[in-house]
Amino acid sequence: MEYKQTRMGYVDGLLELARSTPNLVVLDADVAKATKTAEFEAVYPDRFFNCGVQEQNMLSVAAGLALEGFLPFASTFGVFATCRAGDQLRNSIAYPKLNVKIGATHCGISTGGDGASHQSIEDIAIARSFPNMTVLVPGDYEEAKQCTLAAARFKGPVYLRFGRDAYPVVKELHAKFEIGKGKLLRNGNDLTIITTGVMVSEGLIAADILAGENYDVRVVHMPTIKPIDRDAIVASAIETKRIVTVEEHSVIGGLGEAVAGVVSEMCPCFVKRIGVKDVFGESGEANELFDKYGLRAANIVDAAKQLLETEIYIERK
Amino acid sequence: MNKKADINVLKAKAREIRKEIITMVYRANSGHVGGSLGATDIVVALYYHIMKHDATNPMWAQRDRFILSKGHCTPVIYAALADCNYFPAEDLKTFRRPGTHLQGHPFQPKTPGIEASTGTLGLGISTGAGMALGAKIKNERHYYYILCGDGEIQEGQVWEAAMFANKYKLDNVIAFVDRNYLQTDGNSEKVMPLDPLKPKWESFGWHVQEIDGNDFAEIINAVDEAKRATGKPSMIIARTVKGKGVSFMENEASWHGTPPKKVEYEKAIKELDDGV
Repeated sequence: MEYKQTRMGYVDGLLELARSTPNLVVLDADVAKATKTAEFEAVYPDRFFNCGVQEQNMLSVAAGLALEGFLPFASTFGVFATCRAGDQLRNSIAYPKLNVKIGATHCGISTGGDGASHQSIEDIAIARSFPNMTVLVPGDYEEAKQCTLAAARFKGPVYLRFGRDAYPVVKELHAKFEIGKGKLLRNGNDLTIITTGVMVSEGLIAADILAGENYDVRVVHMPTIKPIDRDAIVASAIETKRIVTVEEHSVIGGLGEAVAGVVSEMCPCFVKRIGVKDVFGESGEANELFDKYGLRAANIVDAAKQLLETEIYIERK
Repeated sequence: MNKKADINVLKAKAREIRKEIITMVYRANSGHVGGSLGATDIVVALYYHIMKHDATNPMWAQRDRFILSKGHCTPVIYAALADCNYFPAEDLKTFRRPGTHLQGHPFQPKTPGIEASTGTLGLGISTGAGMALGAKIKNERHYYYILCGDGEIQEGQVWEAAMFANKYKLDNVIAFVDRNYLQTDGNSEKVMPLDPLKPKWESFGWHVQEIDGNDFAEIINAVDEAKRATGKPSMIIARTVKGKGVSFMENEASWHGTPPKKVEYEKAIKELDDGV
Protein backbone atom coordinates (compact mmCIF):
# COMPACT_ATOMS: atom_id res chain seq x y z
CA MET A 1 0.00 0.00 0.00
CA GLU A 2 1.20 3.48 -0.86
CA TYR A 3 1.30 6.14 1.88
CA LYS A 4 1.36 9.92 1.40
CA GLN A 5 0.83 12.97 3.61
CA THR A 6 -2.40 14.92 3.25
CA ARG A 7 -0.50 18.13 4.11
CA MET A 8 1.58 17.54 0.96
CA GLY A 9 -1.68 17.45 -0.97
CA TYR A 10 -2.41 20.89 0.49
CA VAL A 11 0.82 22.50 -0.60
CA ASP A 12 0.83 20.76 -3.99
CA GLY A 13 -2.66 22.18 -4.46
CA LEU A 14 -1.42 25.65 -3.52
CA LEU A 15 1.49 25.40 -5.96
CA GLU A 16 -0.85 24.37 -8.74
CA LEU A 17 -3.28 27.17 -7.92
CA ALA A 18 -0.62 29.87 -7.67
CA ARG A 19 0.17 29.66 -11.38
CA SER A 20 -3.37 30.56 -12.42
CA THR A 21 -4.51 32.58 -9.38
CA PRO A 22 -2.54 35.84 -9.11
CA ASN A 23 -4.42 37.02 -5.99
CA LEU A 24 -3.55 33.87 -4.01
CA VAL A 25 -1.32 34.49 -0.99
CA VAL A 26 -0.21 32.08 1.72
CA LEU A 27 0.24 32.89 5.40
CA ASP A 28 1.84 30.78 8.06
CA ALA A 29 2.55 31.12 11.77
CA ASP A 30 6.08 29.76 12.23
CA VAL A 31 5.19 26.19 11.31
CA ALA A 32 5.83 26.48 7.57
CA LYS A 33 8.17 23.50 7.51
CA ALA A 34 5.51 21.41 9.26
CA THR A 35 2.48 22.62 7.28
CA LYS A 36 4.71 22.33 4.16
CA THR A 37 3.96 25.89 3.07
CA ALA A 38 7.74 26.43 3.16
CA GLU A 39 7.66 24.67 -0.20
CA PHE A 40 5.29 27.38 -1.44
CA GLU A 41 7.55 30.08 0.00
CA ALA A 42 10.53 28.62 -1.86
CA VAL A 43 8.75 29.12 -5.20
CA TYR A 44 6.70 32.25 -4.42
CA PRO A 45 8.57 34.21 -1.72
CA ASP A 46 6.67 37.43 -2.54
CA ARG A 47 3.30 35.76 -1.98
CA PHE A 48 4.17 34.17 1.35
CA PHE A 49 3.90 35.94 4.70
CA ASN A 50 5.21 34.40 7.89
CA CYS A 51 3.33 35.87 10.84
CA GLY A 52 5.53 34.29 13.47
CA VAL A 53 3.91 32.61 16.45
CA GLN A 54 0.78 34.73 16.07
CA GLU A 55 -2.17 32.62 15.04
CA GLN A 56 -4.70 35.19 16.23
CA ASN A 57 -3.05 38.02 14.33
CA MET A 58 -2.62 35.80 11.28
CA LEU A 59 -6.33 35.06 10.94
CA SER A 60 -7.31 38.73 11.24
CA VAL A 61 -4.54 39.71 8.80
CA ALA A 62 -5.96 37.12 6.40
CA ALA A 63 -9.37 38.77 6.82
CA GLY A 64 -7.81 42.13 5.94
CA LEU A 65 -6.17 40.68 2.83
CA ALA A 66 -9.50 39.17 1.76
CA LEU A 67 -11.14 42.59 2.18
CA GLU A 68 -8.56 43.93 -0.29
CA GLY A 69 -9.41 41.27 -2.85
CA PHE A 70 -6.78 38.66 -2.10
CA LEU A 71 -7.34 34.93 -1.72
CA PRO A 72 -5.46 34.10 1.49
CA PHE A 73 -4.71 30.57 2.68
CA ALA A 74 -3.78 30.83 6.36
CA SER A 75 -1.87 27.81 7.55
CA THR A 76 -1.19 26.47 11.01
CA PHE A 77 -1.95 23.45 13.17
CA GLY A 78 -5.63 22.69 13.66
CA VAL A 79 -5.47 23.11 17.40
CA PHE A 80 -4.16 26.67 16.99
CA ALA A 81 -6.51 27.63 14.16
CA THR A 82 -9.63 26.70 16.09
CA CYS A 83 -8.77 26.94 19.79
CA ARG A 84 -6.03 29.57 20.13
CA ALA A 85 -7.50 31.72 17.37
CA GLY A 86 -11.13 30.70 17.72
CA ASP A 87 -12.36 34.26 18.20
CA GLN A 88 -10.58 35.48 15.09
CA LEU A 89 -11.87 32.51 13.11
CA ARG A 90 -15.38 33.37 14.24
CA ASN A 91 -15.46 37.16 14.25
CA SER A 92 -12.84 38.18 11.68
CA ILE A 93 -13.61 35.47 9.12
CA ALA A 94 -16.84 33.47 9.55
CA TYR A 95 -19.19 36.27 10.66
CA PRO A 96 -18.42 38.62 7.74
CA LYS A 97 -18.15 35.55 5.46
CA LEU A 98 -14.78 36.56 4.08
CA ASN A 99 -13.03 34.59 1.40
CA VAL A 100 -10.34 33.16 3.67
CA LYS A 101 -9.19 29.54 3.58
CA ILE A 102 -7.72 27.95 6.67
CA GLY A 103 -5.23 25.18 5.97
CA ALA A 104 -5.18 23.29 9.27
CA THR A 105 -2.60 20.54 9.53
CA HIS A 106 -1.56 18.11 12.29
CA CYS A 107 -5.20 17.37 13.03
CA GLY A 108 -6.39 14.33 14.90
CA ILE A 109 -4.63 12.04 17.26
CA SER A 110 -2.14 10.90 14.60
CA THR A 111 -0.11 14.04 15.30
CA GLY A 112 1.41 11.57 17.70
CA GLY A 113 4.42 12.29 19.86
CA ASP A 114 3.55 15.90 20.66
CA GLY A 115 0.74 14.65 22.86
CA ALA A 116 -2.71 15.93 23.73
CA SER A 117 -1.86 19.65 23.67
CA HIS A 118 -1.23 19.43 19.93
CA GLN A 119 -3.72 16.74 18.96
CA SER A 120 -6.68 18.56 17.48
CA ILE A 121 -9.74 16.44 18.20
CA GLU A 122 -12.27 19.25 18.61
CA ASP A 123 -11.55 21.34 15.51
CA ILE A 124 -14.31 19.91 13.32
CA ALA A 125 -16.83 20.59 16.08
CA ILE A 126 -15.66 24.18 16.51
CA ALA A 127 -15.36 25.00 12.81
CA ARG A 128 -18.72 23.50 11.84
CA SER A 129 -20.51 25.32 14.65
CA PHE A 130 -19.73 28.71 13.07
CA PRO A 131 -22.32 29.92 10.55
CA ASN A 132 -20.95 30.52 7.01
CA MET A 133 -18.11 28.03 7.53
CA THR A 134 -17.51 25.19 5.09
CA VAL A 135 -15.55 22.27 6.54
CA LEU A 136 -13.54 19.88 4.34
CA VAL A 137 -11.83 16.76 5.68
CA PRO A 138 -10.02 14.90 2.89
CA GLY A 139 -9.16 11.22 3.12
CA ASP A 140 -5.81 11.03 1.38
CA TYR A 141 -3.17 13.03 -0.46
CA GLU A 142 -5.03 13.28 -3.74
CA GLU A 143 -8.31 14.24 -2.13
CA ALA A 144 -6.47 16.82 -0.02
CA LYS A 145 -5.21 18.38 -3.21
CA GLN A 146 -8.70 18.30 -4.75
CA CYS A 147 -10.16 19.93 -1.63
CA THR A 148 -7.56 22.70 -1.80
CA LEU A 149 -8.42 23.42 -5.43
CA ALA A 150 -12.16 23.32 -4.70
CA ALA A 151 -11.77 25.64 -1.71
CA ALA A 152 -10.06 28.20 -3.94
CA ARG A 153 -12.92 28.09 -6.44
CA PHE A 154 -15.52 28.41 -3.67
CA LYS A 155 -16.34 31.91 -2.42
CA GLY A 156 -16.44 32.08 1.37
CA PRO A 157 -14.59 30.79 4.41
CA VAL A 158 -13.37 27.19 4.23
CA TYR A 159 -11.73 25.14 6.98
CA LEU A 160 -9.46 22.49 5.45
CA ARG A 161 -8.38 19.67 7.76
CA PHE A 162 -5.14 17.77 7.13
CA GLY A 163 -3.03 15.37 9.15
CA ARG A 164 0.65 15.08 9.91
CA ASP A 165 1.35 11.46 9.06
CA ALA A 166 1.56 9.61 5.80
CA TYR A 167 -1.78 7.87 5.29
CA PRO A 168 -2.86 5.21 2.81
CA VAL A 169 -3.60 6.35 -0.72
CA VAL A 170 -7.19 5.29 -1.48
CA LYS A 171 -7.65 5.18 -5.24
CA GLU A 172 -11.44 4.94 -4.94
CA LEU A 173 -11.47 8.52 -3.60
CA HIS A 174 -9.94 10.01 -6.69
CA ALA A 175 -13.14 10.48 -8.65
CA LYS A 176 -14.42 14.03 -8.99
CA PHE A 177 -14.57 15.98 -5.73
CA GLU A 178 -17.48 18.30 -5.15
CA ILE A 179 -18.08 20.32 -1.97
CA GLY A 180 -21.10 18.94 -0.12
CA LYS A 181 -21.16 15.56 -1.83
CA GLY A 182 -20.38 12.23 -0.21
CA LYS A 183 -18.70 9.46 -2.17
CA LEU A 184 -20.28 6.02 -2.39
CA LEU A 185 -17.31 3.65 -2.18
CA ARG A 186 -19.13 0.34 -1.63
CA ASN A 187 -22.79 -0.39 -2.11
CA GLY A 188 -24.66 -2.57 0.34
CA ASN A 189 -27.92 -2.86 2.24
CA ASP A 190 -27.19 -4.32 5.69
CA LEU A 191 -25.37 -1.38 7.23
CA THR A 192 -23.57 1.83 6.23
CA ILE A 193 -20.12 2.86 7.36
CA ILE A 194 -19.72 6.62 6.95
CA THR A 195 -16.12 7.82 7.10
CA THR A 196 -14.40 11.15 7.00
CA GLY A 197 -10.75 12.07 6.64
CA VAL A 198 -8.03 9.48 6.81
CA MET A 199 -10.29 6.96 8.58
CA VAL A 200 -11.61 6.02 5.14
CA SER A 201 -8.98 3.29 4.76
CA GLU A 202 -9.98 1.67 8.08
CA GLY A 203 -13.62 1.91 7.02
CA LEU A 204 -12.90 0.04 3.80
CA ILE A 205 -10.93 -2.68 5.64
CA ALA A 206 -13.86 -3.08 8.05
CA ALA A 207 -16.27 -3.39 5.13
CA ASP A 208 -14.09 -6.12 3.61
CA ILE A 209 -13.99 -8.02 6.93
CA LEU A 210 -17.77 -7.79 7.24
CA ALA A 211 -18.20 -8.85 3.61
CA GLY A 212 -16.17 -11.93 4.50
CA GLU A 213 -18.83 -12.72 7.07
CA ASN A 214 -21.52 -12.30 4.45
CA TYR A 215 -22.68 -8.87 5.47
CA ASP A 216 -23.57 -6.51 2.66
CA VAL A 217 -22.01 -3.27 3.88
CA ARG A 218 -22.20 0.14 2.27
CA VAL A 219 -19.33 2.63 2.64
CA VAL A 220 -19.95 6.34 2.16
CA HIS A 221 -17.01 8.72 2.50
CA MET A 222 -17.74 12.31 3.58
CA PRO A 223 -14.92 14.69 2.67
CA THR A 224 -17.32 17.57 3.36
CA ILE A 225 -18.56 17.78 6.94
CA LYS A 226 -20.37 21.03 6.30
CA PRO A 227 -22.58 21.32 4.38
CA ILE A 228 -23.18 17.64 5.11
CA ASP A 229 -24.59 15.46 2.31
CA ARG A 230 -28.09 14.95 3.76
CA ASP A 231 -29.31 12.99 0.74
CA ALA A 232 -26.59 10.36 1.06
CA ILE A 233 -27.23 10.03 4.80
CA VAL A 234 -31.01 9.76 4.44
CA ALA A 235 -30.70 7.18 1.66
CA SER A 236 -28.31 5.13 3.79
CA ALA A 237 -30.54 5.35 6.85
CA ILE A 238 -33.63 4.25 4.92
CA GLU A 239 -31.93 1.56 2.87
CA THR A 240 -29.55 0.05 5.44
CA LYS A 241 -31.19 1.08 8.73
CA ARG A 242 -27.89 0.99 10.63
CA ILE A 243 -25.00 3.47 10.48
CA VAL A 244 -21.49 3.47 11.94
CA THR A 245 -19.60 6.76 11.65
CA VAL A 246 -15.81 6.87 11.74
CA GLU A 247 -13.63 9.92 12.35
CA GLU A 248 -10.25 10.83 13.78
CA HIS A 249 -11.89 13.38 16.06
CA SER A 250 -13.87 13.50 19.27
CA VAL A 251 -17.23 11.78 19.08
CA ILE A 252 -18.60 15.11 20.30
CA GLY A 253 -19.49 17.57 17.57
CA GLY A 254 -17.91 15.90 14.57
CA LEU A 255 -19.09 13.65 11.74
CA GLY A 256 -20.99 11.32 14.05
CA GLU A 257 -23.15 14.04 15.51
CA ALA A 258 -23.65 15.64 12.10
CA VAL A 259 -24.96 12.32 10.79
CA ALA A 260 -27.01 11.67 13.93
CA GLY A 261 -28.54 15.12 13.58
CA VAL A 262 -29.76 14.37 10.07
CA VAL A 263 -31.17 10.91 10.76
CA SER A 264 -32.83 11.86 14.04
CA GLU A 265 -34.88 14.49 12.22
CA MET A 266 -35.52 12.68 8.96
CA CYS A 267 -35.40 8.90 9.37
CA PRO A 268 -34.42 7.70 12.85
CA CYS A 269 -32.08 4.72 12.97
CA PHE A 270 -29.22 3.59 15.18
CA VAL A 271 -25.96 5.48 14.70
CA LYS A 272 -22.78 4.26 16.40
CA ARG A 273 -19.94 6.71 16.54
CA ILE A 274 -16.32 5.62 16.24
CA GLY A 275 -13.96 8.39 17.30
CA VAL A 276 -12.03 9.63 20.30
CA LYS A 277 -14.37 9.09 23.22
CA ASP A 278 -14.39 12.43 25.04
CA VAL A 279 -10.87 12.02 26.38
CA PHE A 280 -7.61 13.79 25.64
CA GLY A 281 -4.95 11.83 23.80
CA GLU A 282 -1.33 11.29 24.76
CA SER A 283 2.11 10.90 23.21
CA GLY A 284 2.81 7.90 21.03
CA GLU A 285 3.20 6.75 17.45
CA ALA A 286 0.11 7.30 15.35
CA ASN A 287 -0.36 3.57 14.92
CA GLU A 288 -0.11 2.95 18.65
CA LEU A 289 -2.64 5.68 19.34
CA PHE A 290 -5.09 4.43 16.69
CA ASP A 291 -4.96 1.06 18.48
CA LYS A 292 -5.28 2.47 21.97
CA TYR A 293 -8.07 4.94 21.21
CA GLY A 294 -10.17 2.53 19.23
CA LEU A 295 -9.80 3.96 15.72
CA ARG A 296 -9.23 0.67 13.92
CA ALA A 297 -11.16 -1.45 11.45
CA ALA A 298 -11.64 -3.96 14.28
CA ASN A 299 -13.45 -1.29 16.32
CA ILE A 300 -15.67 -0.50 13.35
CA VAL A 301 -16.42 -4.18 12.87
CA ASP A 302 -17.31 -4.52 16.58
CA ALA A 303 -19.71 -1.59 16.40
CA ALA A 304 -21.24 -2.89 13.19
CA LYS A 305 -21.76 -6.33 14.69
CA GLN A 306 -23.47 -4.86 17.71
CA LEU A 307 -25.97 -3.24 15.37
CA LEU A 308 -26.28 -6.33 13.18
CA GLU A 309 -26.26 -9.11 15.75
CA THR A 310 -27.14 -7.84 19.21
CA GLU A 311 -30.65 -8.50 20.40
CA ILE A 312 -31.24 -5.05 21.84
CA TYR A 313 -30.72 -3.35 18.48
CA ILE A 314 -32.51 -5.98 16.42
CA GLU A 315 -35.58 -6.04 18.67
CA ARG A 316 -35.92 -2.31 18.79
CA LYS A 317 -35.38 -1.83 15.09
CA MET B 1 -14.79 63.37 -2.87
CA ASN B 2 -14.99 65.21 0.43
CA LYS B 3 -13.51 68.69 0.94
CA LYS B 4 -11.30 69.68 3.87
CA ALA B 5 -13.51 71.40 6.42
CA ASP B 6 -11.98 74.18 8.56
CA ILE B 7 -11.84 73.96 12.31
CA ASN B 8 -15.02 75.93 13.03
CA VAL B 9 -16.95 73.65 10.71
CA LEU B 10 -15.38 70.63 12.44
CA LYS B 11 -16.46 71.94 15.84
CA ALA B 12 -20.04 72.40 14.66
CA LYS B 13 -20.04 68.92 13.10
CA ALA B 14 -18.72 67.40 16.32
CA ARG B 15 -21.59 69.00 18.27
CA GLU B 16 -24.16 67.57 15.86
CA ILE B 17 -22.53 64.13 15.91
CA ARG B 18 -22.48 64.14 19.71
CA LYS B 19 -26.19 64.93 19.80
CA GLU B 20 -26.85 62.11 17.38
CA ILE B 21 -24.78 59.68 19.50
CA ILE B 22 -26.83 60.46 22.58
CA THR B 23 -30.08 60.29 20.66
CA MET B 24 -29.23 56.92 19.10
CA VAL B 25 -28.27 55.33 22.40
CA TYR B 26 -31.25 56.86 24.20
CA ARG B 27 -33.67 55.69 21.51
CA ALA B 28 -32.20 52.18 21.38
CA ASN B 29 -31.94 52.15 25.18
CA SER B 30 -28.68 50.37 24.53
CA GLY B 31 -25.18 51.28 23.36
CA HIS B 32 -21.92 52.93 24.38
CA VAL B 33 -22.16 56.65 24.80
CA GLY B 34 -19.04 57.60 26.82
CA GLY B 35 -16.37 56.28 24.47
CA SER B 36 -18.29 57.50 21.44
CA LEU B 37 -18.42 61.06 22.76
CA GLY B 38 -14.73 60.99 23.66
CA ALA B 39 -13.69 59.77 20.20
CA THR B 40 -15.98 62.14 18.31
CA ASP B 41 -13.32 64.73 17.53
CA ILE B 42 -10.95 62.11 16.07
CA VAL B 43 -13.70 60.65 13.87
CA VAL B 44 -14.89 64.10 12.76
CA ALA B 45 -11.34 65.22 11.93
CA LEU B 46 -10.86 62.06 9.86
CA TYR B 47 -14.14 62.11 7.93
CA TYR B 48 -14.43 65.86 7.35
CA HIS B 49 -10.82 66.91 6.93
CA ILE B 50 -8.18 64.19 6.76
CA MET B 51 -9.49 61.21 4.80
CA LYS B 52 -10.04 60.90 1.06
CA HIS B 53 -13.40 59.24 0.68
CA ASP B 54 -16.56 59.44 -1.41
CA ALA B 55 -19.95 58.38 -0.10
CA THR B 56 -21.28 58.15 -3.65
CA ASN B 57 -18.62 55.51 -4.36
CA PRO B 58 -18.00 53.68 -1.07
CA MET B 59 -15.77 51.05 -2.73
CA TRP B 60 -13.58 53.61 -4.54
CA ALA B 61 -10.23 51.81 -4.65
CA GLN B 62 -8.13 54.85 -3.75
CA ARG B 63 -10.14 55.85 -0.68
CA ASP B 64 -8.58 56.02 2.75
CA ARG B 65 -10.03 53.39 5.09
CA PHE B 66 -11.16 53.79 8.68
CA ILE B 67 -11.43 50.82 11.04
CA LEU B 68 -13.21 51.16 14.35
CA SER B 69 -11.28 48.63 16.39
CA LYS B 70 -13.07 49.72 19.57
CA GLY B 71 -16.15 48.34 17.90
CA HIS B 72 -18.58 49.19 20.69
CA CYS B 73 -18.38 52.86 19.71
CA THR B 74 -20.59 52.38 16.65
CA PRO B 75 -22.76 55.41 17.52
CA VAL B 76 -19.98 57.83 16.55
CA ILE B 77 -19.14 56.13 13.25
CA TYR B 78 -22.78 55.55 12.27
CA ALA B 79 -23.61 59.19 12.98
CA ALA B 80 -20.66 60.33 10.86
CA LEU B 81 -21.40 57.92 7.99
CA ALA B 82 -25.06 58.96 7.91
CA ASP B 83 -24.11 62.62 7.91
CA CYS B 84 -21.71 61.94 5.02
CA ASN B 85 -24.63 60.26 3.16
CA TYR B 86 -23.32 56.70 3.16
CA PHE B 87 -26.88 55.72 4.13
CA PRO B 88 -30.04 57.65 5.07
CA ALA B 89 -30.05 59.40 8.45
CA GLU B 90 -33.43 57.76 8.96
CA ASP B 91 -31.60 54.42 9.37
CA LEU B 92 -30.06 55.67 12.63
CA LYS B 93 -33.46 55.12 14.23
CA THR B 94 -32.99 51.39 13.67
CA PHE B 95 -29.70 51.17 15.58
CA ARG B 96 -29.55 47.89 17.54
CA ARG B 97 -33.10 46.93 16.47
CA PRO B 98 -33.99 43.63 14.78
CA GLY B 99 -33.49 43.76 11.02
CA THR B 100 -31.17 46.78 11.06
CA HIS B 101 -27.90 47.04 9.15
CA LEU B 102 -26.67 49.11 12.09
CA GLN B 103 -25.55 46.33 14.40
CA GLY B 104 -24.30 47.02 17.91
CA HIS B 105 -20.78 46.39 16.63
CA PRO B 106 -19.59 47.12 13.06
CA PHE B 107 -20.58 44.56 10.43
CA GLN B 108 -18.80 45.30 7.16
CA PRO B 109 -20.95 43.24 4.75
CA LYS B 110 -24.12 45.16 5.58
CA THR B 111 -23.24 48.79 6.32
CA PRO B 112 -21.99 51.10 3.54
CA GLY B 113 -18.79 52.80 4.68
CA ILE B 114 -17.90 50.23 7.32
CA GLU B 115 -14.58 48.78 6.19
CA ALA B 116 -14.10 45.90 8.64
CA SER B 117 -16.12 43.86 11.08
CA THR B 118 -14.92 44.27 14.65
CA GLY B 119 -16.46 43.79 18.02
CA THR B 120 -14.42 41.48 20.17
CA LEU B 121 -11.55 43.72 21.12
CA GLY B 122 -8.13 43.56 19.54
CA LEU B 123 -9.07 42.70 15.96
CA GLY B 124 -8.68 46.11 14.32
CA ILE B 125 -4.94 46.61 13.97
CA SER B 126 -4.48 43.06 12.67
CA THR B 127 -7.26 43.49 10.13
CA GLY B 128 -6.04 46.93 9.14
CA ALA B 129 -2.48 45.63 8.85
CA GLY B 130 -3.68 42.84 6.57
CA MET B 131 -5.49 45.40 4.41
CA ALA B 132 -2.46 47.71 4.47
CA LEU B 133 -0.21 44.82 3.43
CA GLY B 134 -2.64 44.15 0.58
CA ALA B 135 -2.37 47.78 -0.52
CA LYS B 136 1.42 47.53 -0.48
CA ILE B 137 1.30 44.39 -2.64
CA LYS B 138 -1.03 46.18 -5.07
CA ASN B 139 1.14 49.30 -4.94
CA GLU B 140 -1.80 51.45 -3.84
CA ARG B 141 -1.09 54.59 -1.86
CA HIS B 142 -3.84 55.31 0.58
CA TYR B 143 -4.00 55.18 4.37
CA TYR B 144 -5.57 52.90 6.95
CA TYR B 145 -6.77 54.77 10.02
CA ILE B 146 -7.47 52.52 12.98
CA LEU B 147 -9.05 53.63 16.25
CA CYS B 148 -8.38 51.51 19.35
CA GLY B 149 -9.57 51.95 22.87
CA ASP B 150 -7.00 52.14 25.63
CA GLY B 151 -8.58 49.28 27.54
CA GLU B 152 -8.61 47.39 24.25
CA ILE B 153 -4.85 47.39 23.90
CA GLN B 154 -4.62 45.15 26.95
CA GLU B 155 -5.49 42.40 24.44
CA GLY B 156 -2.47 40.33 23.43
CA GLN B 157 -3.49 40.33 19.78
CA VAL B 158 -2.84 44.08 19.62
CA TRP B 159 0.85 43.51 20.36
CA GLU B 160 1.02 40.68 17.84
CA ALA B 161 -0.29 43.16 15.29
CA ALA B 162 2.20 45.78 16.51
CA MET B 163 5.06 43.39 15.68
CA PHE B 164 3.53 42.45 12.34
CA ALA B 165 3.01 46.04 11.15
CA ASN B 166 6.62 46.81 12.08
CA LYS B 167 7.96 43.73 10.26
CA TYR B 168 6.27 44.71 7.01
CA LYS B 169 7.02 48.45 7.47
CA LEU B 170 3.35 49.37 7.07
CA ASP B 171 3.71 53.14 6.99
CA ASN B 172 0.23 53.29 5.46
CA VAL B 173 -1.14 52.40 8.91
CA ILE B 174 -1.97 55.35 11.16
CA ALA B 175 -3.53 54.14 14.40
CA PHE B 176 -4.98 56.01 17.34
CA VAL B 177 -5.30 54.92 20.95
CA ASP B 178 -8.24 56.70 22.49
CA ARG B 179 -6.46 57.33 25.79
CA ASN B 180 -9.18 58.26 28.27
CA TYR B 181 -7.84 56.16 31.15
CA LEU B 182 -11.25 54.56 31.65
CA GLN B 183 -12.48 51.11 30.85
CA THR B 184 -15.57 49.15 31.83
CA ASP B 185 -14.40 48.30 35.32
CA GLY B 186 -12.80 51.66 36.07
CA ASN B 187 -9.43 53.40 35.78
CA SER B 188 -7.16 51.62 33.33
CA GLU B 189 -4.15 52.04 35.57
CA LYS B 190 -5.94 50.14 38.31
CA VAL B 191 -7.60 47.49 36.13
CA MET B 192 -4.43 46.75 34.12
CA PRO B 193 -1.77 49.44 33.92
CA LEU B 194 -0.77 50.66 30.45
CA ASP B 195 1.61 53.51 31.24
CA PRO B 196 4.19 54.35 30.16
CA LEU B 197 2.49 53.81 26.84
CA LYS B 198 4.66 55.80 24.44
CA PRO B 199 7.85 53.79 25.01
CA LYS B 200 5.88 50.56 24.68
CA TRP B 201 4.85 51.41 21.12
CA GLU B 202 8.24 52.92 20.29
CA SER B 203 9.97 49.73 21.38
CA PHE B 204 7.71 47.83 18.97
CA GLY B 205 9.11 49.96 16.15
CA TRP B 206 6.26 52.41 15.69
CA HIS B 207 6.45 56.17 15.20
CA VAL B 208 4.59 57.50 18.25
CA GLN B 209 3.05 60.86 19.10
CA GLU B 210 1.08 62.02 22.11
CA ILE B 211 -1.63 64.61 21.54
CA ASP B 212 -4.83 66.05 22.91
CA GLY B 213 -7.39 63.93 21.10
CA ASN B 214 -10.15 66.47 21.60
CA ASP B 215 -8.19 69.22 19.79
CA PHE B 216 -8.71 69.34 16.02
CA ALA B 217 -5.47 71.17 15.22
CA GLU B 218 -3.45 68.64 17.16
CA ILE B 219 -5.20 65.70 15.50
CA ILE B 220 -4.67 67.12 12.02
CA ASN B 221 -1.04 68.03 12.65
CA ALA B 222 -0.32 64.62 14.14
CA VAL B 223 -1.67 62.85 11.05
CA ASP B 224 0.46 65.11 8.83
CA GLU B 225 3.52 64.17 10.85
CA ALA B 226 2.58 60.49 10.78
CA LYS B 227 2.49 60.64 6.98
CA ARG B 228 6.00 62.10 6.94
CA ALA B 229 7.32 59.25 9.11
CA THR B 230 7.91 56.77 6.31
CA GLY B 231 9.08 53.21 6.75
CA LYS B 232 7.17 52.50 9.95
CA PRO B 233 3.59 52.37 11.19
CA SER B 234 2.32 55.30 13.24
CA MET B 235 0.58 55.38 16.58
CA ILE B 236 -1.08 58.54 17.86
CA ILE B 237 -1.81 58.33 21.57
CA ALA B 238 -4.77 60.67 21.78
CA ARG B 239 -5.58 61.86 25.28
CA THR B 240 -9.35 62.22 25.35
CA VAL B 241 -12.11 62.83 27.85
CA LYS B 242 -14.56 59.97 27.97
CA GLY B 243 -18.07 61.40 27.70
CA LYS B 244 -16.66 64.65 26.24
CA GLY B 245 -19.22 67.42 25.73
CA VAL B 246 -21.74 66.40 28.38
CA SER B 247 -20.68 67.55 31.85
CA PHE B 248 -22.18 64.76 33.88
CA MET B 249 -20.83 62.06 31.55
CA GLU B 250 -17.26 63.33 31.41
CA ASN B 251 -14.61 61.10 33.00
CA GLU B 252 -17.23 58.74 34.38
CA ALA B 253 -16.57 55.06 33.72
CA SER B 254 -20.22 54.36 34.55
CA TRP B 255 -21.18 55.96 31.20
CA HIS B 256 -19.24 53.31 29.30
CA GLY B 257 -22.18 51.16 28.33
CA THR B 258 -25.22 52.63 30.08
CA PRO B 259 -27.93 54.37 28.05
CA PRO B 260 -29.24 57.72 29.37
CA LYS B 261 -32.67 57.96 30.97
CA LYS B 262 -35.15 60.52 29.59
CA VAL B 263 -34.17 63.31 31.97
CA GLU B 264 -30.47 62.66 31.36
CA TYR B 265 -31.02 62.58 27.63
CA GLU B 266 -32.83 65.94 27.65
CA LYS B 267 -30.19 67.49 29.87
CA ALA B 268 -27.38 66.23 27.63
CA ILE B 269 -29.00 67.57 24.45
CA LYS B 270 -29.64 70.92 26.12
CA GLU B 271 -26.01 71.17 27.22
CA LEU B 272 -24.79 70.49 23.70
CA ASP B 273 -27.26 73.00 22.25
CA ASP B 274 -26.29 75.63 24.82
CA GLY B 275 -22.65 75.08 23.95
CA VAL B 276 -23.28 76.60 20.50
